[in-house]
Amino acid sequence: MSTVTLTIDGRQVTVPEGTSLLHAAQEIGVEVPHYCYHPALSAPAQCRLCLVDVEGAPKPMPSCVTQAQDGQVVRTDDGLAREMRKGVLEFYLINHPLDCPICDQSGECKLQDYVHSEGRAHGRGIEPKRVFGRDDFGGDVLFYGDRCVMCTRCVRFMEEMAQDPVLTVVERGDRAVIDTFFEQGLRDSPYAGNIVDICPVGALVSKDFLHKARAWDLDHTPSVCPNCSQGCNIDIHTRDNVVHRLKPRENPEVNGHWMCDYGRGRYEWMNRGDRIEEPFVRGDGGWSAPGWHAALASLRERLEACRGPVRAVAAAHASNEDLAALRELMDRLGGGDIVYRSPRAPDEVPLPGFPVLTRRRDLAPNTRGAELLGLRRVGSDDATGGLEEVAAGAGALIALADELADQPEDFGSRAELFVYLGAHPAPAARSAHFVLPVTTFAEQEGTFTSVQTRVQRFEPALRAAGHAQPAWQVLGSLAASLAGRPAPASASEVFDRLAAGVPEYEGLSYDRIGARGTAVDRPAALAGER
Amino acid sequence: MAYPYVHASEVRVISRNFGDPAARTLEGYRERGGYRGLTRALEIGPATVIDEVKASGLRGRGGAGFPTGLKWSFMPRAAVKPHYLLCNADESEPGTFKDRELIRWDPHQLIEGCLIAAYAMGSRHAYIYLRGEFFEASQVIARALEEAYGAGFAGADILGSGTHIDVTAHVGAGAYICGEETGLMNSLEGRRGEPRVKPPFPAAVGVYSMPTTINNVETLAAVPHIVEHGGEWYRQWGTDKSPGTKLFCVSGHVEKPGNYELPLGFPMMELIEDVCGGVAEGRTLKSVIPGGSSVPLMDAEDCRECTLCYEGVEAAGSMLGCASVIVMDDRTDIVREVRRMVQFYAHESCGQCTPCREGTSWMTQVLRRIEAGRGSESDLDTLLDMSAQMTGTTICVLSDSAAAPVVSSIEKFRDEYLALIHRGESAEVA
Repeated sequence: MSTVTLTIDGRQVTVPEGTSLLHAAQEIGVEVPHYCYHPALSAPAQCRLCLVDVEGAPKPMPSCVTQAQDGQVVRTDDGLAREMRKGVLEFYLINHPLDCPICDQSGECKLQDYVHSEGRAHGRGIEPKRVFGRDDFGGDVLFYGDRCVMCTRCVRFMEEMAQDPVLTVVERGDRAVIDTFFEQGLRDSPYAGNIVDICPVGALVSKDFLHKARAWDLDHTPSVCPNCSQGCNIDIHTRDNVVHRLKPRENPEVNGHWMCDYGRGRYEWMNRGDRIEEPFVRGDGGWSAPGWHAALASLRERLEACRGPVRAVAAAHASNEDLAALRELMDRLGGGDIVYRSPRAPDEVPLPGFPVLTRRRDLAPNTRGAELLGLRRVGSDDATGGLEEVAAGAGALIALADELADQPEDFGSRAELFVYLGAHPAPAARSAHFVLPVTTFAEQEGTFTSVQTRVQRFEPALRAAGHAQPAWQVLGSLAASLAGRPAPASASEVFDRLAAGVPEYEGLSYDRIGARGTAVDRPAALAGER
Repeated sequence: MAYPYVHASEVRVISRNFGDPAARTLEGYRERGGYRGLTRALEIGPATVIDEVKASGLRGRGGAGFPTGLKWSFMPRAAVKPHYLLCNADESEPGTFKDRELIRWDPHQLIEGCLIAAYAMGSRHAYIYLRGEFFEASQVIARALEEAYGAGFAGADILGSGTHIDVTAHVGAGAYICGEETGLMNSLEGRRGEPRVKPPFPAAVGVYSMPTTINNVETLAAVPHIVEHGGEWYRQWGTDKSPGTKLFCVSGHVEKPGNYELPLGFPMMELIEDVCGGVAEGRTLKSVIPGGSSVPLMDAEDCRECTLCYEGVEAAGSMLGCASVIVMDDRTDIVREVRRMVQFYAHESCGQCTPCREGTSWMTQVLRRIEAGRGSESDLDTLLDMSAQMTGTTICVLSDSAAAPVVSSIEKFRDEYLALIHRGESAEVA
């Protein structure tokens, strides 16, 4: 590929031919302010904020669509370019309501940021402002017309990505406003929530998040969406140990800049308050809470004493590390069958403009990981039934992270030893001998393996509830103790052992997986083909 | 045959049939020498047609004055993709009314021009985009097209030459911005009438993403005459840099407003005083907008030595534009006129680019405030600042056009602004 070398703000940069000035500037760490340009959408060059001064050009050039030329001398940060931005920013504020104190976007608003960094200290507009008011676009999206900067990113997302052109600009001049066709709204377009993310200002906001938290109070934790097997990279936004929203985290190989509304909206369960907070042991005198040390010592004894087959039911919501620790414990106890149940949707829901991203039929995040560990899927598409065989036998029975909601209250009563590891109390676990509290994925570190057989890491976004521990820690320390090894110290260590045992994961480690995951060198199987 | 007013100084080339209803029909047009240019074009071939137009020095009559022959030569030679010719008949510049007359009185002249231009550029389809308000003109051109198709001047196998050129008249919905060439293309394609970012230029990626040339009605109307008589013939009028004749649309405070076809380089004062009968008895000339509302205002002093050609008006500090001469006498309230023009641009801004969308309406509001006596001197600085921010910063030049009269009027008629501003102040004190 041929390259061009140019000078931006006095620094030389070499980029492939055809690179825009905006990207060339990014190469050397210069961020040219912009609204209408979005890397995944077409560039209409209409916000006029990314204008830069190109030596020899008759007028300032929009850097988003101007290609870098050899020998070009570009200035983004002084004189003309800065004056232009100052002027454009003043125009933006002429009709902007400046209602930052009650605007959800405040703190993550590009208008706020740009005006603070290079706008005029005092506005000169004293005329009455134009008022559009608020419009409910349906779904989770609320439109505040007065705050809109007319970048049309939302219109282009619906046209180019969702390919469901329900948004448009109506009227012209300063009466121009974003609207839906004859008040039909977004018509539940399954990816419409993304327009809230790409809106650079507070014009499009989430109804779910409305007035819930200030952006600067939120902690962002890199994670993986747990709501289907696509494995969209996300950030979990939390405040005071409560999840407030999920936002897509860019990953060009999985979800681009996007995520679906189905995944985005399903986070409330992470905030559930009905948690098992202590390990419980059922003895002759009923339930007791002896603490982890005593409970695990007692469990170890019972496991060693247990004769007969060991069976387990796990959930595909559990991480690879949790499942690997379970597998290792089972192997240590003489081997046995692990089954899992997971919900399946009737259809896939692809994003037409970026079909790599698809809401998969498999609605559990780690079905692929479960399969690679030899787990067997049972039950129906609504994740019920299929446990007759597991519940029937004597010997030991382990249930991990499956709430057994559809099971009778005497589930597992025929087992010689029934161990239930879960985050939430399960009525079907009342026959259990041990009820051990484990953390949810949001409270622990781990990996999921996506439908594309891509291993991706997530980090803890919440503090563990009570004394709950990650399942890998509970099961891993039991297995280690039975083997006379030291207990695993970290999820990463459990993964290393897993990688040594499963051919698909050979050579992988947390470091190798990195922040955006690693595709295991195998063709991706489509959902439903398995 | 007294088309509103005629004058002895006129050289009626493209306007020769104005006021002559018989010339509207195919028969009448042919009796008056029509379609001889097309016949000659088919004989001499496309390359020679372009050479003749280049030799004539014809410049685009839509306002920018770009040499027409040169524009045509930008079209790719190889006919790998369809080529299109667009005729811009979305005449919407305030003060302009020449294209309407060219279409109303002489539709075949335009059709002939379109056919020759399309032939020269290897285009099989020409579109005539009429503004939505041109109801009568659209009827006239539709009838003329039917006649032209019937007589074998348009459509398949034109005059037995094997050349196929279709001509379609399309009526827009009536928006100023659709007169901007790329806005017109979007509108023709059924999209919002919003100008496109250039590059790519229309000659590479135009209507339906195909190579396209777009010419004004008046430009194309001159083409049959140039091809029939040769490029040198056309140069007998006008100046070296602005050859030929041009329709001047004179409106405002003159005794005889109207369309006058004059050789380029005609003195402005002669146009106003001699051809148009001057301003009303007892009045004096105050200001002239020489090229439609988008160009800077001139004061009486500027007009004195000004000649009406591209370079002449530029030397006087304005632009010839589409030669729509708006004459204002001493009764005129300049601030009100400027506000009225800026208000027009605010209404017609497509709303894409921020400086134009917000700037035009902000300017209108500030000017209204000054008009109402509630302005201050700092408002003038704000207006000039705004104008600078609106010039050269947008996709098309609509915002430049809105800024031009503001800047020139503050420069030349600052006193009038100050009078309004201070009248307000003294009223408050009293």
